[in-house]
Amino acid sequence: MTTSPAVPRTKTSVNNPRPSPQWWLALAGAVLLIASAFLSWCYVPALLGDLSIDAFPGGLQILMIIVAVLAIFFLVLRSGRMPSMDTLLDSAKALKALSATAVAFMVLVAIVIALQAPGLANANPGLFVGIVGAALMLAGSWQMASDPLVDPITVRLPGWVEILVIVVMMAIILFGAAYALGQEDGTVFCLFLVFLGGVVAALARGGLFSWISVIAARHRQVLMMGALAVAFLFPFTQNGSDANMSIATQVLIFATTALGLNIVVGLAGLLDLGYIAFLGAGAYVSAMMSHSAFAHIGWKPPFIVVVIIGAIVSSILGLIIGSPTLRVSGDYLAIVTLAFGEIFRLTVNNLDGNNGPRLTNGPNGIPGIPDLEFGAFNFGDTHTVLGIPLGRFANYYFLMLIVAGFIILVFTRLNNSRIGRGWVAIREDEKAAEAMGVNTFGLKLFAFAGGAFLAGMAGTIKAHQDVSVTPDQYIFLESAFLLAAIVLGGMGSVAGVLVGATVLKLLPEKLRFVADYRLLIFGLLLVVMMRFRPEGLVPSRRRALEFHADDQELADRVEEVHLEIAADPDTAEAKA
Amino acid sequence: MSTQTLQQPAPPKFGAPVLEASGVVMRFGGLTAVNNVNLTVREGEIMGLIGPNGAGKTTFFNCLTGMYKPTEGEVKFQGAVLPPKPRAVVKAGMARTFQNIRLFGNMTALENVMVGRYCRTNALAFTSIIRGPKYHREEAESRRIAQELLDFVGLGHTSEHLARNLPYGDQRRLEIARALATDPKLILLDEPTAGMNPKETEQAKDLIFRIRDKGLAVVVIEHDMRFIFSLCDRVHCLVRGETLIEGSPHEVQSDHRVIEAYIGQPDEDEEELVAEAHAHDHETPPTAPTAPASPASDLTKEDRA
Ligand SMILES: Nc1ncnc2c1ncn2[C@@H]1O[C@H](COP(=O)(O)OP(=O)(O)OP(=O)(O)O)[C@@H](O)[C@H]1O
Ligand SMILES: [Mg+2]
Repeated sequence: MTTSPAVPRTKTSVNNPRPSPQWWLALAGAVLLIASAFLSWCYVPALLGDLSIDAFPGGLQILMIIVAVLAIFFLVLRSGRMPSMDTLLDSAKALKALSATAVAFMVLVAIVIALQAPGLANANPGLFVGIVGAALMLAGSWQMASDPLVDPITVRLPGWVEILVIVVMMAIILFGAAYALGQEDGTVFCLFLVFLGGVVAALARGGLFSWISVIAARHRQVLMMGALAVAFLFPFTQNGSDANMSIATQVLIFATTALGLNIVVGLAGLLDLGYIAFLGAGAYVSAMMSHSAFAHIGWKPPFIVVVIIGAIVSSILGLIIGSPTLRVSGDYLAIVTLAFGEIFRLTVNNLDGNNGPRLTNGPNGIPGIPDLEFGAFNFGDTHTVLGIPLGRFANYYFLMLIVAGFIILVFTRLNNSRIGRGWVAIREDEKAAEAMGVNTFGLKLFAFAGGAFLAGMAGTIKAHQDVSVTPDQYIFLESAFLLAAIVLGGMGSVAGVLVGATVLKLLPEKLRFVADYRLLIFGLLLVVMMRFRPEGLVPSRRRALEFHADDQELADRVEEVHLEIAADPDTAEAKA
Repeated sequence: MSTQTLQQPAPPKFGAPVLEASGVVMRFGGLTAVNNVNLTVREGEIMGLIGPNGAGKTTFFNCLTGMYKPTEGEVKFQGAVLPPKPRAVVKAGMARTFQNIRLFGNMTALENVMVGRYCRTNALAFTSIIRGPKYHREEAESRRIAQELLDFVGLGHTSEHLARNLPYGDQRRLEIARALATDPKLILLDEPTAGMNPKETEQAKDLIFRIRDKGLAVVVIEHDMRFIFSLCDRVHCLVRGETLIEGSPHEVQSDHRVIEAYIGQPDEDEEELVAEAHAHDHETPPTAPTAPASPASDLTKEDRA
């Protein structure tokens, strides 16, 4: 049934005459690169996070050590010392990408020094040693030929090794995120992105990710727990830094909202252009029922009740919008939701007592929303856990994490249920689904109102986190960004949305010029995505198939992986 | 898949009417695609629906299954008038397949059939999220029934394969399994053997007999006359939207008007039909409608539903 994949699956023995001169050249380059990191790159301590001290590698220099160590790892692979890994990873491709990254990185550092030091005269020999090392790596790896690989789905390592791989990966993500957020300097952050992009590309080309994705599919639970643990541990790496935790909380709120929207867009396949209004509805409900001096609703129920009311109000709005529009074809929904977003903004702008009931204070919004308080636990206070201070933002971060966890649970469970199958059927062929007895209207309405429910829930917390709620926080542009996060990350995929939301929210926070030109940059990004990877960065299996209806190779591959994993007794329970 | 010795059509001794369509008219603007058609199908009966291309067979199916609302006429199922809503029709117990295959290509075969179970299960959002024992029981039950149906149509081994990767003939059988998953009393098959080779066609015939033996009534549209006449208890012939004749295979087979309808009798305003009918010449020779038929894949038009 399945045709054989592009790569031969037989274990071919390594037959290149190695180590060859190229191999030695690349190794020498990598060693030089490491050596350079222990030398000073530049006289000016203020530049690039201080690269001026001999024998103490600065942040950027450590990045180059990582690249060089990875390169040495792949070189060792090539020498045939680890035959089982050698056939799994394409060391030649990985080495090429790593060397190219190193060269690009070193050249960029040189340019920055030349421009900002100013002048290359301020560079120290270490910089040139590094450039030479990177160039040697590139020269050595350039002509390396790839060996045939085995198909990762045929390889089974002991369970603990596979789980260890996941844990290590998670730890790297944790430290990477903490490091990236810690960079105050925009230039350093940019260089870090170059490093990150290069290394990820190298590992991807080397086949590491296709292997990891197989492992991840086998150990879904472990992966989930790992991701949760990383997210949970993150505030502990920040040492009470409020600036970073504020950004992290913003990212998390954005990601959580995008996850809710992804149920509507990614699972049910509905285009909702006014989703932010549902978040706003929740936020306004929460603000109006808070103890703020500007809140005009006298009833102050406990917060959990507010959350439920906010969510219900949102979902009722969703029902009102959805029930007439979802009966007609999809394009109408986009237009109506777009209009709904505007109506919401105009309404809250006008419920100020002059034009209607005095509820929202119009454009001024509702300021001074007090922090949440659960018993003796006030979200405004700093609490010290294990000697690490966790401030106000960390408190909200943890609360949002619970909400995000809840939404992910809803997302995945619905996706793998009768309802999820109905949604897929609707996306594939709505008429046929209807003719097979699927309640297409009901399922679409449920997705729409359910998405609104989750957004409303998140909104009630966001109001307290933001301290004030104003109409201009809930404009169309925000809905567009949410949608962009989904398109960028991958429709119908939890991991994808997390990646997309992080990229879209973190970049403008960290880089001024991205913030200034964010419409232009995001627009270009989306155009590029649509052209080259319409299914998103981390797509769900099904969505990738849907976007590549003609790609038989992909379909065969997906089926092969599915069969392999379905046949695996260890994971049979994860599937059910 | 087991190819049993061929059963002969059961003697015409059928139960109560399952489907009673009376006076069904379907107009598209000026075109009357179905004109005053009456059709009664009884329990345990296999009814053939034949007619040249464009005769309105698929349109008639669409009227029966609620995909079109008939301009006039009424469709009764087990004595009750059916609302023109596909979902209500399925729920009442009438399922169909499509002339142009409409599977959910990116789902596995098993998932496709499980979608068919949708209307017979009722796990709601809350249940699906909480996942108590009741939910697991229902899921397991759906899965079991779907697997049994795949085995029944001879696709048991492909349950985890993507529908779009299945060969053409298997896709047709998968559509039948999906329709059967809705627990129908009556199944409507629109050209179930189009594009199949003779061996697969034989298997399809065997499959339809087995479906009938499960107690279902079957209506089947086909261009392959040999297939129709050896399969059906009764045959209903449509020409230009109107009933030409209904009767036993023998009666229909020997009716000269049927043969004429397929070859065409040139007269003033029927050039189009004639041209179309000529395309069928090799399929249904005038003297012997039961002559070997070629696979009809190239003869079938796209379903416009
Ligand atoms: N939705 C529609 N709108 C307008 N005309 C239609 C529509 N559906 C079908 N028709 C017309 O109705 C007539 C009957 O078409 P139908 O598809 O029912 O024929 P058929 O008997 O199934 O033919 P075939 O053997 O080729 O499948 C054709 O002339 C067709 O063009
Ligand atoms: Mg037809």
